[in-house]
Amino acid sequence: MRPLTEEESKAVFSKLANYVGKNLVHLIDRSDTPHCFRLHRDRVYYVSESLMRLAVSVARPNLVSLGTCLGKFSKSGKFRLHITALDVLGQYAKHKVWIKPNGEMPFLYGNHVVKAHLGRITEDTPEHQGVVVYSMNDTPLGFGVTARSTLDTRKLDPTAIVVFHQADVGEYLRDEDTLF
Amino acid sequence: MHKKSLFDDSEEEGQGEYDEGGEADEFDIDGDDNFERPEAQDMDFLSSDEEADSLPTKPTKPTKKPRFAASSSDDDDDDEEAEEEPTTARNIEARSRALEAKAIAERAADMAEAAAAGAGEETMFALPSAEQQEAEASGSAPVDVNELQLRMRECVKVLGDFKKFAAPNRSRSEYVQQLLADIASYYGYNAFLAEKLFDLFPVAEAIEFFESNELPRPVTIRTNTLRTRRRELAQALINRGVNLEPIGKWSKVGLQVFESSVPIGATPEYLAGHYMLQAASSFLPVIALDPQPGERVLDMASAPGGKTTYISALMQNTGVVFANDANKERTKGLTANVHRLGCRNVVVCNYDGREFPKVMGGFDRVLLDAPCSGTGVISKDASVKQNKSARDFTLLSHLQKQLILCAIDSVTPSSSATVVYSTCSVTVDENESVIAYALRKRPHVRLVDTGLEFGREGFKAFRGKTFGEEMGKTRRFYPHVNNMDGFFVAKLRVGKPGKRAEQAREESEDEQGGDVGLPLEKMAFDDEADAELIRESKRKYLLKHKGIKLRPKAKVDAALCKTNGKDAESDEE
Repeated sequence: MRPLTEEESKAVFSKLANYVGKNLVHLIDRSDTPHCFRLHRDRVYYVSESLMRLAVSVARPNLVSLGTCLGKFSKSGKFRLHITALDVLGQYAKHKVWIKPNGEMPFLYGNHVVKAHLGRITEDTPEHQGVVVYSMNDTPLGFGVTARSTLDTRKLDPTAIVVFHQADVGEYLRDEDTLF
Repeated sequence: MHKKSLFDDSEEEGQGEYDEGGEADEFDIDGDDNFERPEAQDMDFLSSDEEADSLPTKPTKPTKKPRFAASSSDDDDDDEEAEEEPTTARNIEARSRALEAKAIAERAADMAEAAAAGAGEETMFALPSAEQQEAEASGSAPVDVNELQLRMRECVKVLGDFKKFAAPNRSRSEYVQQLLADIASYYGYNAFLAEKLFDLFPVAEAIEFFESNELPRPVTIRTNTLRTRRRELAQALINRGVNLEPIGKWSKVGLQVFESSVPIGATPEYLAGHYMLQAASSFLPVIALDPQPGERVLDMASAPGGKTTYISALMQNTGVVFANDANKERTKGLTANVHRLGCRNVVVCNYDGREFPKVMGGFDRVLLDAPCSGTGVISKDASVKQNKSARDFTLLSHLQKQLILCAIDSVTPSSSATVVYSTCSVTVDENESVIAYALRKRPHVRLVDTGLEFGREGFKAFRGKTFGEEMGKTRRFYPHVNNMDGFFVAKLRVGKPGKRAEQAREESEDEQGGDVGLPLEKMAFDDEADAELIRESKRKYLLKHKGIKLRPKAKVDAALCKTNGKDAESDEE
């Protein structure tokens, strides 16, 4: 477990900023308890400082996880957000997409969101923008990237893809072995 | 004929036709009845439906009819009508209540009948001969299941009132042995485990216990209060076609699932972490632990995380929860659950629990849900019936004793320092014995009330071992009593070690022995007098060991005498 290097921080923050935008400031300078980012075995954890200090006493081979896991660095040094980051993203997301009840299951099985399943979408969402996907009763289900801007989606036919799937909560079941 | 009529639910005995008179009702079973209920093998002693249906005096059943020739079949028709009506969300509650009321009525009726029938009946039951038993044991003459069932019932009856029913030249232990052998073969236990579990209960209750191990326990879920509220969750699940109800008055977060049209472990709500699939019994240790926000809590054996996440939820994501598990593979599922339920205050680590005070101490509360034999969850994992031997129990209780000491040592003594010990086992050597051991080894620890309103008190004494009145503060849960897994919960309060604890202990001991009335003198060992006594007894012991007959004043060699002196000191400690 160690703090992130300059390069790593840049990779993590740029990924996060894609979803939360300027709200990233709230993540780093929290008003309640100070939080920090820590790297442990390729994975980045977002954790309160008091928790981190206590977790220091756990030896490296025996520490499995602490706080919230945001994602992992691939071997080539790219950062990939995991579904476990949904908690953080959902709280601060700038652009949101709500899907209809009949679209929930297809999305939770790892499919892209099609126009027919789109319930609501934040106004003026640009193209290729990171969005958090919610169900109609505001439960975060996952996140993805918009295929079109809000304006363009209006003209699409019902089977066209609106949001590219990146992660969904179904991964807790599907990828339990590889996720951690 | 009378004998058969008492327990009349096997097919062969269903031949009896309707009787005109009221006094012989016990054996008027009709064929339909048996067809309707394919589980004729049901060994439930207290609630067999057929008997209650055919009974003239039903104490509480509302549809009480005058007895006439076809009344029995009428009853059945009623039942059929009721069953044909489809079960819907609207009427399920009323129906289940009606069923419960019926079951209670039948149980009462059954008891009354059993008492009445038992009174006016002579025994016709004889134990099988020794040759027969041997043949059965070797497998050369397998017994019919129905016969086995019948024999078990008779044994239970005889053991229930031994003076009255027993054959004159048979001893109680013979009946017990026969019953044990039958239980082992009927339910598929190995002989050792059958006896171990049988010893925990009175005879009739033991059968109930074994019987309930064959039935599945209800599916229960726990609301994740970090994400949602129980009312909202229940509404969301009902909309998905799940039939559920609050688990009981004792829990504000539990829901019991009756039936579901969707897989309950894969709904969007489940994946979003609104609830956890969790047995009702595993709520209990956390309720007993009673973690408060801001504390430092350790869960020593935490996978798959049901209790850990409950602790975290009760602490409202503040403080720290250390979730430890010795099995690396199982920590993956644990981590997944911790993240799914949104617990941010959890550190997952992978140690052997016995390393714990070394890794980290200073906890406010420790939950030790110890690895155990699983005799409480046989309905979930039936392999326990065969694969547990005496050695397993010795090893497990040894491990548990090590773990509980580690758990106690990991806590900072204070007024709220708590250790909760729980197992999903019902045997005494994994539960009360372990607690008694911990209390003996750590005098500053005492048992406190678990804060659970139900469940039975732990054994204060068991088969010659006395655990003391204190052990009544522990709680036991049984599948046949509480309809949850067999479980044991003990709550320990850790005080400051040292003088004060010692003093308190001495005081309490004085109170116990207070009736002597002597002023407290300074107690000391009279070494000289002791040495003499010890030498003498050591000599006797040695000689006896070698098989030499004792002579009154034999010479003791000096060397022996010296070693005795040393041993004497350590013995006295």
